Amino acid sequence: MSDILTTTVIIATIASGIRLATPFLLASLGEAIGQRSGVLNLGVDGVMLLGAFASYYVVLETENIWLGVLTGILTGLVMGLFYAIITVPLRAEQGVSGIGIYLFGLGMSDLLFQKLVGTPLPIDQFDEWHVPVLSEIPYVGEMFFQHTPMVYIAFLLVPVVAIIINRTTFGLSVRAVGESPESADTLGVSVARVRFATIMAGNALAGLAGAALAIELGIFQQNLTNAMGFIAIALVYFGAWRAPGVMAGSLLFGMVGAIVLQAKTLGLIPRSASDIAAMAPAIITILALVIVANRFRQPAALTKPYVRGD
Amino acid sequence: MRNYFIAAGIAAASVGAALAVGAVMLQMLGANPIDGYHTMFSAAFGSAEGLAATAVKAIPLMLVGVGICIAFRANVVNIGGEGQMVLGGLFATMVALAIPEAPAVVLLPLVLLAGILGGAFWGAIPGALKAHFNVSEILSTIMLNIVAVQLMNFLLRGPLIDPGEIERGTRIPQTARLPEGADMPMLSESLNLHAGILVALVAAVGAWVLLWRTGLGFRLRSVGLNPAAARYAGIPVKRNIIIAMTLSGAMSGLAGAILVFGSESHRMVTDGSTVGFTGSAGFNGIVVALFGALHPLWTIPSSFLFGGMLVGANSLQRVAQVPSALVIALNGLIVVFVVSTEWHRKRLQSQAPAHAQSPDDVDQISNEQGSQST
Repeated sequence: MSDILTTTVIIATIASGIRLATPFLLASLGEAIGQRSGVLNLGVDGVMLLGAFASYYVVLETENIWLGVLTGILTGLVMGLFYAIITVPLRAEQGVSGIGIYLFGLGMSDLLFQKLVGTPLPIDQFDEWHVPVLSEIPYVGEMFFQHTPMVYIAFLLVPVVAIIINRTTFGLSVRAVGESPESADTLGVSVARVRFATIMAGNALAGLAGAALAIELGIFQQNLTNAMGFIAIALVYFGAWRAPGVMAGSLLFGMVGAIVLQAKTLGLIPRSASDIAAMAPAIITILALVIVANRFRQPAALTKPYVRGD
Repeated sequence: MRNYFIAAGIAAASVGAALAVGAVMLQMLGANPIDGYHTMFSAAFGSAEGLAATAVKAIPLMLVGVGICIAFRANVVNIGGEGQMVLGGLFATMVALAIPEAPAVVLLPLVLLAGILGGAFWGAIPGALKAHFNVSEILSTIMLNIVAVQLMNFLLRGPLIDPGEIERGTRIPQTARLPEGADMPMLSESLNLHAGILVALVAAVGAWVLLWRTGLGFRLRSVGLNPAAARYAGIPVKRNIIIAMTLSGAMSGLAGAILVFGSESHRMVTDGSTVGFTGSAGFNGIVVALFGALHPLWTIPSSFLFGGMLVGANSLQRVAQVPSALVIALNGLIVVFVVSTEWHRKRLQSQAPAHAQSPDDVDQISNEQGSQST
């Protein structure tokens, strides 16, 4: 009897870990695309917050969840255009301007929420979509194939991003621009155009991550992300700028979160100990950073604005 | 000289641009922009009470900002002000709870010192990771912010919680009323102005002396301007990176301690997030420092300006129902506009591309910087 119970709990925990990993995964995939082209975006958390609010508001008003998702992506695109203008033609210092974007998103999303909504009204959430056949597999089906659409989208984007970066001409340009913009420029690749594209795509994913979070939770509140966007940035380093590595990092954060939640619900650990457990992913990430910094090289042109004739 | 004026003009214009965007936002929120800015300005600077409130808001901004000046001058990007403030607050709180009976003359300096040490410790970690393991300080400070907030939640929900909260069963995560010996002395009871502002002013002047009047400051700035040249000149680059982060963290830690002991409740409280404790001062301090051209003395008026914006925003919320979050968004825009124009400003000031600094520039720049900041 207790064996069955244990199995159920483990399966539920893994499934919830995958769900919790989804916003991290979307945001860090976006950040990885930007960084491969040599652009660090520290504003992810702010863009996530704006995307989260925009999609929350649209779903609240229209009750159309997919329209909300689309709004989240569009919000990310607009912020991406803004950030691209700042960093590419204006050559702003990327570490600091990203903090500006973060503060803007933090303040703006709160401002709009207070002005337009005020009280946290719940919104419609996605229904689970059971993958035909696969969701019927015992255990495995419940863990991997009984999720909301956002989960599938996020995990399907992992191979998509990997293929685009590693197997397409555009991906080659992205990597060239991130490693040696001078050479890319010499070969006729427009550094500015590639970076505009990667920054906007990355921010669109950050907006989507915010939408996924707000719709998953069904609410919005001030600082909804609580630094998730910053964790997503670190996960890019954790995953050594590769899509599968980024996925592994996101799953780590998701799983730890799910285990802590589950243990708290079951009363296995006191509430205070869960705060200690919640530190684990951040500490593991710091340790991973130590290893990654010495084993893997970051894109050579990361954070460096490109000036022709430099 | 002409270029210098143009450069100053660009800086002013970037703030003007942010204020213009703010005006548009005010209009859209249904408030008259001129009335709105007037309300903010008079609330922050128009009366003794307003000025005192502005000064209190300026304290953490000034301290974090001064720390940012030190770090950024050494070319270390300290994004960990939030976490360092939390650690400073926690260390100071624990000292106060450990020796509650100590007289104020002993206790107050001790808690401030504990705050400095807590922040310095939290700053030294990313410094050492950068120096010895080549880990980007931007990332490690972000991660340490997250660790700090969890540590705060753990301590305030568990070991440090007010015993009264357990008895009543309310379990609000906060400490008991901290010993009165550790209260920040009041400069004016009626204005609610405490001595933290003096501490912050001393720190700002001290940082200026350190950076421009001592050998250590010269070494820190040399490392920041050109690490290769600094190493060639025999300056230990790694050690100076750690020193810069430690000093920067110490300033934020002090800010955190003053935040606890200058608060009206005289407790350390958490709402579960860093923002709840710091009010984003760890990030806004970056805005303040950038706006003060990374110069500790210019950070003083800069922190009053941004402190005033916080006070003004609160009054705008009361008078015109414009959420005070507006100011956080505006601060973000100011950062964006200032750094977007920086490259062009530097180029105008030096008449040479900002990124092409030859080793020879180091001496020349360090001589100039006493009077003029780049």
